[in-house]
Amino acid sequence: MTIVPELVLEQVVNGLLVGSFYIILSLGLSLIFSLGGVVNLAHGAFYAVGAYLAFEVEKRLGFFGAMAFSPIFVALCGIVVERLFLSRLYNKDPALGLLFTFGLAMAAEQALRMIWGTTGLPFSIPDALRGQLHAGDFIYSYYRLTILLVTAVAVTTCWLLLNRTSFGMIVRAGVRDPEMVRAMGISLRPALTAVFALGVGLAGLAGVMSAPLAGVQPAMGNEILTATFVVVVIGGLGSFWGVVLAGLLVGVVRGLTVYFYPPAAEASMYLLMVLVLLFRPRGLMGEKFERFE
Amino acid sequence: MKKDAKTLNIAGRRDAIKRTAALSAAAAAAPLGFPGIVRAQSDAIRIGHLTPRTGFLGQVGEYGFRGATLAVEELNASGGVLGRKVELIAEDSVNPATAVTKAQKLIERDKVVVLIGEVSSASAGAIAEQALKYKIPYFNTGANSDALRGQNCNRYMFHVEGCNTMYTKTIGTWQKDHNLIKGAKWYFLTADYAFGHDLYRVSSRFLQDNGGIVLANDMVPTNTADYSAYILKVRALKPDFVYLNLAGVDQTTFLKQYKEYALPFPLAGGVMDTVPFWAAGLDNLSGHWQSLWYHGLKLPAAQGFTKRFWDKFDGPPDNQAWGDYVGVKIVVQSFAETKSTDAAALITHLEKGASFDILKERQGSFRTWDHQLLQEMYVVVVKDKAHSKDKWDIFDIVRPVPGPKESLEAIQPTQAENPCKMT
Repeated sequence: MTIVPELVLEQVVNGLLVGSFYIILSLGLSLIFSLGGVVNLAHGAFYAVGAYLAFEVEKRLGFFGAMAFSPIFVALCGIVVERLFLSRLYNKDPALGLLFTFGLAMAAEQALRMIWGTTGLPFSIPDALRGQLHAGDFIYSYYRLTILLVTAVAVTTCWLLLNRTSFGMIVRAGVRDPEMVRAMGISLRPALTAVFALGVGLAGLAGVMSAPLAGVQPAMGNEILTATFVVVVIGGLGSFWGVVLAGLLVGVVRGLTVYFYPPAAEASMYLLMVLVLLFRPRGLMGEKFERFE
Repeated sequence: MKKDAKTLNIAGRRDAIKRTAALSAAAAAAPLGFPGIVRAQSDAIRIGHLTPRTGFLGQVGEYGFRGATLAVEELNASGGVLGRKVELIAEDSVNPATAVTKAQKLIERDKVVVLIGEVSSASAGAIAEQALKYKIPYFNTGANSDALRGQNCNRYMFHVEGCNTMYTKTIGTWQKDHNLIKGAKWYFLTADYAFGHDLYRVSSRFLQDNGGIVLANDMVPTNTADYSAYILKVRALKPDFVYLNLAGVDQTTFLKQYKEYALPFPLAGGVMDTVPFWAAGLDNLSGHWQSLWYHGLKLPAAQGFTKRFWDKFDGPPDNQAWGDYVGVKIVVQSFAETKSTDAAALITHLEKGASFDILKERQGSFRTWDHQLLQEMYVVVVKDKAHSKDKWDIFDIVRPVPGPKESLEAIQPTQAENPCKMT
């Protein structure tokens, strides 16, 4: 096939847009794992809950109301889950935390099915964000540019939170050396709860943003979960910028695969992960494994 | 010494990732489902219902299950058949491997006399093999692939659902009438599995036989969440038509994202399931489509079914609910007419051309050589939002195809096009 440079560039730029969406989700997952050591298999469930809540809130407060309130509500759910269940599992076998979040994910999906039914719920792009931007030969939908903006704001806010606040300092110290933090008399409990709430709140935000594009249906959490894990693994566990880079990379690789060989489009991110794990097992920007000892 | 949350198990984190992989593999293994039993009785006639209730076809399958359930309830309310009640044993057949194990379970353990249902062409093919092996009739109510009626046909499988050729020729008739095919360049987006490949083969052949040009075809994995990359390709190619060979949730996702980019190229498709279109919402729909059956059909029998379904399930039936409902009714009526549940008698009865009320203008009967239910389909057009009464009221019916005076064979594949050798 003839390779048209402008079209390839178009796919790359679009890939960056698509990839930015993965970042919100993966950042939350990475944060929860870094501090709490919990592999949150229910991350997709919180994402789905975010979308369903957005569907409900949107009816009363419009899309922007949904964007504001749905993640907050999901974060509140996260606080409840963390306080009641996860906090008891931190110092136990890590498999228990994993099993719990796995069970939570299944229960959540069935609950969504029971409450809202099995069929997809219609959810459209709000009128204010409809339309396309034409930049030369390229076309961008306003809505996806909005997602990019939201992602940028979320990433910046998280970074500031982690690097410019005392709370962030405690979190970073807790990731590095929780024993020392405890020895200095600082309790990590509130930090753990806050980070979990923040992480799932981000997932809920991603759910709201994706509802007009991918629809609202009970299996949505399950489907997005594997992609989220892949991005976190490629980026490197525990690395902030690694996740950002990995998200963008996955988006671009997918877009290019669609251009050259569409049947492999969904598989492309897994191939990428295999390559990264083979040649750089810690991920693109992950810390060396010794640090975990 | 009390251990509290401040003491974190650091070394276990690495193990956690390893365990994730193992657990995820376990989770991915076939989930065990519990069968739904509608009225358990020992002397009842057992009908096995297989359909995906989860996965990307899950929402369509759910409607099929509802249609089958309603049919069984109505039959039992009017006394059952041959002096016995009817019992529906339903299983979730989320993928072909699961479909096989569930089919075997229904036949060997639950002793069903007939299998009915399925939406995925891949799963239907797998079920058909079991039907042949165990000599249990299987009524396909949702799988469209021509191959099931052709190279993979078998004596024990009957098709209530329309085949890809029927769908293609229905919308194709309308397109030909409006001069949209000759010289037109089409871009195809095809679901990368059995059904999609089959539909692409049929629809591209139809296009080319009528003077159109295949501009490009992209195979898309099922469950793709983002179509922006494909839509950008479409924009660069500038086709006269974008022809969708997608199924289930993928239809919904694509329709919404296509609307997002507001490209000027009209959409058409080789299949239309009402449920994914409802999920997309009227705002995201446009154009002419084909439908096997639609609840807006103004016939007393159809309206009666619509009302009873609506009363029971708080919403109208879609084409899949219709298919499973009619399928159950055909099976039970055939038992009554042959005065037995014997498979051979059933097959002979249907092959002789027994006709049934299928809630359409014309009665339906099965074609002898490929067991396809001969029936009309409908060209529908997306309704103007101002005239839509509720979120399900998305289409106006334009016309039935074939027309009232035309042979029902007009939209069927010929023996040359889709040869079938029954074993």
